[in-house]
Amino acid sequence: MTELRYLAPDTLDEAIGAFAAAGSAARILAGGTDLLVQMRSGVLKPGVIVDIKKIPEMTAIEETADGGFRIGAAVSGMALAEHKTFGKVWPGVLEAINLIGSKQVQGRASAGGNLCNGSPAGDSVPAMVAAGAVVTVQGPNGRREMKVEDVPAGPGRTNLKPGEILVSFSLPPRPPGSSNAYLRMIPRTEMDIAVVGCGVSLTMNDGIVTAARVGLGAVAPTVLLVEDAAKALIGSKLDDAALARAASACSAACRPIDDKRGTIAYRTKVAGVLLKRTAAIAAKRAQGN
Amino acid sequence: MAKVHVTTLINGEPTEFLCEPNDTMLDALRGPLGLTGSKEGCASGDCGACSITLDDRLVCSCLMLAVESEGHEIRTIEGMAQGDRLHPLQQKFLEMAALQCGICTSGMLVASDALLKKNPDPTEEEVRFWLAGNLCRCTGYDKIVRAVMETAAEMRAQ
Repeated sequence: MTELRYLAPDTLDEAIGAFAAAGSAARILAGGTDLLVQMRSGVLKPGVIVDIKKIPEMTAIEETADGGFRIGAAVSGMALAEHKTFGKVWPGVLEAINLIGSKQVQGRASAGGNLCNGSPAGDSVPAMVAAGAVVTVQGPNGRREMKVEDVPAGPGRTNLKPGEILVSFSLPPRPPGSSNAYLRMIPRTEMDIAVVGCGVSLTMNDGIVTAARVGLGAVAPTVLLVEDAAKALIGSKLDDAALARAASACSAACRPIDDKRGTIAYRTKVAGVLLKRTAAIAAKRAQGN
Repeated sequence: MAKVHVTTLINGEPTEFLCEPNDTMLDALRGPLGLTGSKEGCASGDCGACSITLDDRLVCSCLMLAVESEGHEIRTIEGMAQGDRLHPLQQKFLEMAALQCGICTSGMLVASDALLKKNPDPTEEEVRFWLAGNLCRCTGYDKIVRAVMETAAEMRAQ
């Protein structure tokens, strides 16, 4: 016997009404690659599932008039990969999203789900933090915007209010000389969960970093924006001394756990190593822009 | 216990079925629809034995609710051969013995077909990365990867 109700509303207002009315019994269904596993294992027994994929805004990829991107919360990694320009402007965000699971999982899994799942190791989140993404959420009390780094509250928890649904990510327009990258450390080549993940976004002018953002994953209860690492990079030519300072800032920001994937000492060291490697890739990409 | 009525397109055929709201697409395929070619290995999206395409995009049918197929197009391993004529991938898997127990095979074939439709000339590395979500406990993968590469070469030559 099941008491589950499945709803697939066409509009955001209907979805919010149904989601808010069902309270804690409700779950949002985007790609379902986390939700269905949690239901199957018995961790979750939702009373209502609100499938948001029939709402056009949730599955749209839009290039905004100012040169930015607006990505619906339920857009799959594969849909982003198939977009003509997204991967050229935001290669680091795209490579992060498409490190999640297999090609089968990428056909369904969304950045919105990755963020709302609240895992400190979600691959797309550090890349979105580095990108300076802002999310739009909507609930019974209307629409508001949040910085992406303000969404996670702890493992499995977000700062969305009851009844609020993540609607979209807005990525800012890119000045010339900008690019980004994401690297994660895993002990194999594919199909694994980050031991450490690092996203870096840079703007370069004549070989000098004029703007930088650094996101770190899997090294604290939430994904981190590491402002001290960005400060160490800005104004530098990414020389060894600047990279060492930024790497130290990353290691200093770590508050990791010991688990089967890595020890505290290992994650803390690798955070710095990944910063250097990721910054190098982002800088190389920025040269052509 | 109200069942949900779903109308969808499966291997090109307009299809209707009844399911529970929490049934997966794999449950529906293997149950009321009688399409048992898609296998359940892990039921958690790790093994790829249940691979199908949803609107031409490769997905795990165990990670999708059956009700989500409403109004969409599903393709399964049963739609791969044209009557008695096997798809070139199926033929090559047989010729090159790219299978042993067979449980992963339909998923491997559906996933490989999705790859070759997207990229008719993949490198070996691209094949291996694309098939990373399809687990095989028997073959060691080499024969499967070789069969996919060889099929791709033959399909390009035609």
